Amino acid sequence: MDKVIIANDLTLAYNNSETIINQCTFDIDSGDFVFITGASGSGKSTLLKSLYGALSPKQGDLVVGGVQMKNITTKKLNFLRRHIGIVFQDYKLIKEWTIEKNVMLPLIISGYAKDVSEVQVQKLLTHVKLNHQLGKYPLELSGGEQQRVAMARALAHNPIIILADEPTGNLDDYSSQVIWNLLEGACTQLKTTVVVVTHHIPETMKIDYTHLHIEHGSIYEVS
Amino acid sequence: MKSLKNHVSLIAALFTILFTIQVYQVLERSIASYEETLRANYSIVVIALSPLKEASLKSRFSIIHSLEEISPEKVIKRLEKEMDKTSLGLLRASLPKFYKLSLERYPQPEEIDILSSQLQNMKEIKRVESFAQTHDQIYKLLLLYKGVTQIFAFAILVVTLLLIAKEMRIWQFQHQERMNIMALFGAPVMLRSAVLFRLAILDALIAASLVFAIFTFIDTNGWAEPYFEDINIHVNVFNYAQDGFMHFGISLALSLLLAIMLIVNHKEEV
Repeated sequence: MDKVIIANDLTLAYNNSETIINQCTFDIDSGDFVFITGASGSGKSTLLKSLYGALSPKQGDLVVGGVQMKNITTKKLNFLRRHIGIVFQDYKLIKEWTIEKNVMLPLIISGYAKDVSEVQVQKLLTHVKLNHQLGKYPLELSGGEQQRVAMARALAHNPIIILADEPTGNLDDYSSQVIWNLLEGACTQLKTTVVVVTHHIPETMKIDYTHLHIEHGSIYEVS
Repeated sequence: MKSLKNHVSLIAALFTILFTIQVYQVLERSIASYEETLRANYSIVVIALSPLKEASLKSRFSIIHSLEEISPEKVIKRLEKEMDKTSLGLLRASLPKFYKLSLERYPQPEEIDILSSQLQNMKEIKRVESFAQTHDQIYKLLLLYKGVTQIFAFAILVVTLLLIAKEMRIWQFQHQERMNIMALFGAPVMLRSAVLFRLAILDALIAASLVFAIFTFIDTNGWAEPYFEDINIHVNVFNYAQDGFMHFGISLALSLLLAIMLIVNHKEEV
């Protein structure tokens, strides 16, 4: 199976501060569902940031989707990000844009034709059961609905990887379950690699997954 | 509403700058026009022992515009009743030549001093009357008027630039989140900044159009004309092509500079 993420002796640190991830080696197969867990401040979100290029490796190699992340150029990084879907705990929706335009964002960036984008957005919003809300603005929706919009946006451009940082951290049980179902669906139906940073792995998971745990700067696979 | 407020403050700042520039332009034009009136009314009187040639004087002093002989006949005519023909003939023969020297522009007091002394040094010239004291007073008043205008315009420019700098920080805060989100999905810098450029161009056009409309209104209604006529000058308050183009240019340049500075200073969230 193809490796979509390869980390070799990876060390991560913010500027010159203390090392957060120390010489870790791991890889993730294409189409895998991966949970990354660890205590608060252990470096889960830092690792995720390095996967979408917000933080460059201090030492070692990190290859995401075939792209070397160390000293990556802006052009290459933009190219890579057009093949990644990201979901955040605080949704990161553009408040002054409608739901429809928010979901359309990755399609606009990738240069899709307007009519193709509209059909795709309609399909995705139907999938997340928000097709009746497309003219609304993010702040008019509940937290669970906003996260479903963020999920639709993450899936809009058929990414090779979905990265999710505590996607259910702010949600109630029902909304959380909806998000887990959507992430599972992306992995099983679309064969997208899903990497989720979370404190707790839901007990309701129906698919096989890999569990990586971070402790004291090291990453372990939990069997 | 908040966004509209931010728009209004940038438009107001740009409008103030353009309005000040145009007022300054009008003042500059009125000063130039007044200088021209003064120049036309100002002349130096030269008394010469032998006839002077305009071409030779102009080639020697570039500031000289024309040389006109002042005829003594008016004065002689008044003496006709009191003097006989022989005496008048003798008077006519012994009178020096009187000339009126007009200048190319309104001179500075030092220029007058230099010109007077150089003329005085010519052997055919007996006396030069420059009316220096009167000239000096008017010129100093004109310089004072110019200086006050420049200080006033500079002060307004500084205040509005500070206002624009403040506005820039508000815009930075306002647009940072959207630009960060777009960057997360791989949007190139130009696409991320497109909204910013659109707003900057729109605000610049609105500000320039407002100034265009106001000065067109003032110009077509002729409100300023009576004031200029009082001091015998004619001033074009608004030159539609030249001033209009300049306003649009300055407004666009300032707001685009603002947008570019925001983009350059933008740091992606880590």
